[in-house]
Amino acid sequence: MYGKGLRPLSIATVVAIAAAFSLVFFYAPLDADQGFVQKIFYIHVPLAIVALIGFVVGAVFAILHLRSGDRRWDAYSYVSIHMSVIFGVAVLVTGAIWAKASWGHWWVWDEPTLVSFLIVFLMYATYYPFRYAIEDPERQARYASVFAVTAGAFVPLNFMAVRLAESLVHPRVFATTNGGLPGSMMLTFLACLLAMALLWVTLVKLELTAKSASGQLKRLRRALDAPAAGAGSRIAPEVS
Amino acid sequence: MDLLPLAAPALPLDEAGRYVAGAYVVFLVLLVVYVSIMAAKLQRIERDLRELAGFAEQRRDEDSERVTVDV
Repeated sequence: MYGKGLRPLSIATVVAIAAAFSLVFFYAPLDADQGFVQKIFYIHVPLAIVALIGFVVGAVFAILHLRSGDRRWDAYSYVSIHMSVIFGVAVLVTGAIWAKASWGHWWVWDEPTLVSFLIVFLMYATYYPFRYAIEDPERQARYASVFAVTAGAFVPLNFMAVRLAESLVHPRVFATTNGGLPGSMMLTFLACLLAMALLWVTLVKLELTAKSASGQLKRLRRALDAPAAGAGSRIAPEVS
Repeated sequence: MDLLPLAAPALPLDEAGRYVAGAYVVFLVLLVVYVSIMAAKLQRIERDLRELAGFAEQRRDEDSERVTVDV
């Protein structure tokens, strides 16, 4: 069921990434201030936006789980958060590389944008041990959903707080006043954002398909009274 | 932290290229690692499924033998 449409989605994602990266290197002009290093912006910022939206999506699925009690929504929430944490790792590493290239430091502790993203990332990193600490699957799903909703609400609040904060060195390129991105750069950025969003959706779908196949296999094994193949994950929810 | 880096000129292309390549390579490596983990997971599912199909066939054969003996 989850695998339906995965192949065209994967093809669309590969095409979108190839097109976006082509625009980055062959169409977007060099930044007058940062030069070639600014090309990191086209991968770092879309990854960050998609990761943060993914956390909020995880919270929405968690609300649906708490409202309906359907474990399927818990699995969606888990996979959304899982994927956003992986994207978060990419954001932190690409951000550190960009910081080193343009500021001369791998990390700047008094920069609100960096530190706030790290806080959000570390908060979600505790989601796994939190789930692992609860053995009863029902309670685990319920508590994890409460965590996802609380943490998800923190993401937009955190984003607004950072926008209000006085930034020392981190650029505000989407400003409504002067200093925003020129058209060609904005087009390239939007193409990259679309490509990263498609990648996130594809990987979430792939993960759900694998979880669904694994869940069906367990059900089949139980129905046939066959010996268990091995211990499954205690934290990843099953999808039937 | 001093704000001197703000006034620093853009890096020369060869030096900037290393950082840009590094960032894009990190992204691709993460993607490849994730897809490899998923591929391994799917292979395990496929192996389990084959094993389970063998188990079901074996049980069907045993059941049909039992029916023959009963008759």
